[in-house]
Amino acid sequence: MADSPEARGGGEMRKRTFVITRFDPDKDQVPKTQTYEIPCRPEWKVLDALNFIKDEVDPTLSHRWSCRMAVCGSCGMNVNGEPKLTCKTSLADYGDTVEVAPLSNFPIIRDLVIEMDGFMDKFKAVKPWVIVAKEKAAEEGTYRQSPEQLAVFKQFSMCINCMLCYAACPVVAKEPDFLGPAAIALGHRYNMDSRDEGAAERNEVFRGEGTVFHCSYANECSEVCPKNVDPAAAINQAKLNAVIDWATSFVVKRGK
Amino acid sequence: MAEADVEVFRHDVIVVGGGAAGLRAAIAAVEADPKVSVAMVSKVYPMRSHTVSAEGGAAAYVPGSDDSLEKHLYDTIKGSDYLADQDCAEYFVEQATPELTRLEHWGCPWSRNDDGTVATRPFGGMTVPRTWYAADKVGFHMLHSLFQHSMRFERIVRYDEHFVTKLLVDDGACRGVVAIDIRTGSIRLFLGRSVILATGGAGKCFPFTTNGTIKTGDGMALAYRAGVGLKDMEFLQYHPTGLPGTGILITEASRGEGGYVLNAEGERFLVTRDYGVGQKAELGPRDMISRAEILEIEAGRGVKGPYGEHVLLDLRHLGEAKIMAKLPFVRELSRTYIGVDPVYEPIPIRPVVHYMMGGVDTDIRGATPIPGLYAAGETACVSMNGANRLGSNSLTECLVFGARAGVEAVAHAKSASDGNEARLLAEAKTEGARIDNLRGRKKGGEKIAQIRREMQLSMERGCGVYRRQESMQQTVAEIAPLKGRATDLVLEDSSKVFNTELLQALELVNMLDVAEAIAVAAVARKESRGAHACRDFPKRNDAEFLHHSMVFFAPAGPRLDKKSVMIGRFQPEERKY
Repeated sequence: MADSPEARGGGEMRKRTFVITRFDPDKDQVPKTQTYEIPCRPEWKVLDALNFIKDEVDPTLSHRWSCRMAVCGSCGMNVNGEPKLTCKTSLADYGDTVEVAPLSNFPIIRDLVIEMDGFMDKFKAVKPWVIVAKEKAAEEGTYRQSPEQLAVFKQFSMCINCMLCYAACPVVAKEPDFLGPAAIALGHRYNMDSRDEGAAERNEVFRGEGTVFHCSYANECSEVCPKNVDPAAAINQAKLNAVIDWATSFVVKRGK
Repeated sequence: MAEADVEVFRHDVIVVGGGAAGLRAAIAAVEADPKVSVAMVSKVYPMRSHTVSAEGGAAAYVPGSDDSLEKHLYDTIKGSDYLADQDCAEYFVEQATPELTRLEHWGCPWSRNDDGTVATRPFGGMTVPRTWYAADKVGFHMLHSLFQHSMRFERIVRYDEHFVTKLLVDDGACRGVVAIDIRTGSIRLFLGRSVILATGGAGKCFPFTTNGTIKTGDGMALAYRAGVGLKDMEFLQYHPTGLPGTGILITEASRGEGGYVLNAEGERFLVTRDYGVGQKAELGPRDMISRAEILEIEAGRGVKGPYGEHVLLDLRHLGEAKIMAKLPFVRELSRTYIGVDPVYEPIPIRPVVHYMMGGVDTDIRGATPIPGLYAAGETACVSMNGANRLGSNSLTECLVFGARAGVEAVAHAKSASDGNEARLLAEAKTEGARIDNLRGRKKGGEKIAQIRREMQLSMERGCGVYRRQESMQQTVAEIAPLKGRATDLVLEDSSKVFNTELLQALELVNMLDVAEAIAVAAVARKESRGAHACRDFPKRNDAEFLHHSMVFFAPAGPRLDKKSVMIGRFQPEERKY
């Protein structure tokens, strides 16, 4: 270990205890916990500790991770009960014992790995692509989009799909089919993009069962978001737009 | 050997990898023919792919600017130290603008000028600002735009979290792949008349890298073991601005936006001393700046820190407003991962393994010598990057050659015959049995993490920014026994469900093959060119080494060969800035 990359760096090692959810559907009826006591560097994130356990203590532990720089969105887990990106969560902010569990409100595949089929379906349901009546050819050049037009949706395009907001959402907890914060924010992001003409289609989705109107304004999604996307604001705007869009279409129909 | 159960899936084109190159290839394939069905097989969900971590931008000529295709071509060729194939580089610069424009049409939130046109920024080794950007999260936005756009196409069928373990080559052509469905552990056979490898590079062969943990050279190793040569593997890009300790990337855009690189004495050594970058100073190419940093540290002008010596990246003079507008992610990363706020303090930085110029040997179409097998993106070596890639060319490369590979793969799939399915299924079953035997194999004596660590440290010693014959040879001598030891791994996890220990074992074997190819190619290049800086041979030697190096898999150990470089209108000259 003396020459290992992990051994580089300074600071006092500190023993910490990790209480980690374990679940292997081949063997276990229900999830259980397993406790590991390991030496941790002061600058470590929660993910560093999980990787140390995986490499040095228990290679049977399963967790997802990749970029370790808070942009790939793989390593969301509950840390002491709160949804966190583990690569961005410093151990220094915690005491001697840290509990790591899979994100709430998702089925567990194995240990800290959750099943995300439902999320991917919701994601696709909002048609997260530019919809236009006639596609522009590359030779026609780029669209003009002013910095102000970009600013209208830019924040909502910053979502890394880490799903912390689904783990935090009280509506998702009660209604697993609720479209949920990230997906609504994504659909809204395209609705607000000056290049897009698909708002009517997406608003129809938004007015459907289990979508924007099921949001209870708890704001938990925005509080846990590691990228300040503010999905709660997106949902509020999306609600209003979906209503206006509906009312306008009604007026237009009546006017014919 | 017992036969494993194998599920069979049939598509026209199999894309392995879901990053920028793989997604672009898949979209190009379904657009090329309304009947084509594409399987996208990736070991992670596409939006987790490492494209996501690219920060600074994507290069392309902007129509109406004072740039030109010729300038972009010249910068690329000169940056490559004349080892790029000039026909490939020319195709690249021509296609760069339409590709970035398409991405704009697909929703990529490029940063804008006041008049609504796309904004560009200066980048290293580029003579004019031609780097399109979306603040400092360009890879993230490109990847998400591509992924979201790809969802429109029902004919792109995703197989998320599937790890490919073998390419099936039968009767001289590639006919499909065998993969593990990570969630269930079951073995799946994907039959397709064309296969495109787009699995990224292999930075994780090194201990200190910007790369995420998924960058284990899987596609390179698959192609290599199937008989395709790995080209120019010795050319490894060290990025000059990585955070000490973690290796997290601080984008070159921070220099593009005006940041300074300082030594311990607060001196802008790229300006005050002759490191070959001339007037470009901080906007010199990556290979030269990384070398300058090492030389400063060796001369005693480095800053001592807990992770060894480093130098500094100073953004303070840009001011908080500009940093927040153009480089907000740099600030977030610095604060989170090294506890430094660049608004008030310089960021500690040092050279870090970032990108592989080398890769799977392909021609300008993305085709390997095996019919039906293609490669694109960092996995591939077309070659348009030669001995040193310019920053912001690689994201564009993923689009240009991803699209080309997609179109070519469709053309091939239409004309090729189906393979012998019985034989392919038998081969898949044998592969499945191999995987089943490896899973939970408790009888071995070696730990994955231990071998991985020894490999990484050996690669760092032998294939650093500066290299010596002796240390490179030692690395070659060290990797071979590690490969032997890796056949005796102990695996403790016998569960079929999301068994990441099994994947780590397979990734380790892939990395060892790639690492060996890198080291073997490095020893053989007895000159200094681009990113390959050899202290025993400090000069470029066109008479003997103006060629691509090729490494072929052989059971007894890698076999070296060479391949000619396509020189076009730019004759090699001394590379000075």
